[in-house]
Amino acid sequence: MKRIKVEKKLLSTNQQIAEENRRLFKEKGVAVFNLLSSPGSGKTSLIERTVSHLQGRLRTAVITGDLQTDRDAQRIARHRVSVKQITTGGACHLDASMVRKALPFFHIDELDLLLIENVGNLVCPAAYDLGEDAKVTIMSVPEGDDKPLKYPVMFRISEVLIINKVDLLPYTDFDLGQAIKYARQINPAIKVFETSCTTGAGLEDWLRWLEGRVNRLSGATKK
Amino acid sequence: MHEMSITTNLVELLNEHLQGCPGARITRVNLKVGRLTAVEPDALTFCFQVLTEGTPMEGAELQIELVSVRARCLQCQSCFEVEGFYFQCPRCSGKELETIAGDELDLVSLEIEEDEKDKG
Repeated sequence: MKRIKVEKKLLSTNQQIAEENRRLFKEKGVAVFNLLSSPGSGKTSLIERTVSHLQGRLRTAVITGDLQTDRDAQRIARHRVSVKQITTGGACHLDASMVRKALPFFHIDELDLLLIENVGNLVCPAAYDLGEDAKVTIMSVPEGDDKPLKYPVMFRISEVLIINKVDLLPYTDFDLGQAIKYARQINPAIKVFETSCTTGAGLEDWLRWLEGRVNRLSGATKK
Repeated sequence: MHEMSITTNLVELLNEHLQGCPGARITRVNLKVGRLTAVEPDALTFCFQVLTEGTPMEGAELQIELVSVRARCLQCQSCFEVEGFYFQCPRCSGKELETIAGDELDLVSLEIEEDEKDKG
């Protein structure tokens, strides 16, 4: 019997590809955000609102991950941005190599911003770095204010939390202050936006932050 | 269930160690899994059983060491275990922390039994 010391990360292959993606994005001056949430939190609506606002301001593209359909991609494409659908065929998350394979679809030299809509799932995508600049987690009011406690890892590794569907607050017992408190127990530095894609409430703050961040990230390269 | 794709990676890593040793079997695999990884040890064990059926790894004991989350406070420099994902320094209530353990997802070591015939 032979004992062999290995000391190797199980996801080292994904990590390596993610770093390659990150280097490429940096070289091309593209800011990349990985959008994460449970199914039905309003990720696609938020992306629609975002790309529609950024029209003519930032050159934006979207990768959207879905288990089966291309319905989300069709919705986003209506806003005249390039969209690449990744159908994972059952896989519960996107990984760095899926993103790499999707990149030739875009003219990456001509982009400022790439939004990646991950598969709706607050657990599995947490393990996979895609090469993004930041993870943005979206939770919505009907899901309950204790969501951060139930899925702490995702809230821990996200830079931004968007609490969506705040127009439904009067109809639920969702406690906004409590939700933010829970999220900050897990991640004291998390930046929080409260939005409604139906009424447009709070979107301005998110969009201003996003644009500022993209200009800082891509401006550094494109000056 | 992302444990399936994580286990696929594990099996690939293990296969590298079996190459060039015909008849060898892997009998034990030691992993470290941090509590910050959202990986379920039972699911890993299940996936490992499924993926290794009929291979030279079938029946190998998968030993999973769960690693608690630990952090260092950047204000008072004390190190402590983070309980219940409450990221606050118990000494000075500082919230600027550096995670020092808990995000491991590592293959630490393995045990191989070589084919008796090859030993001559």
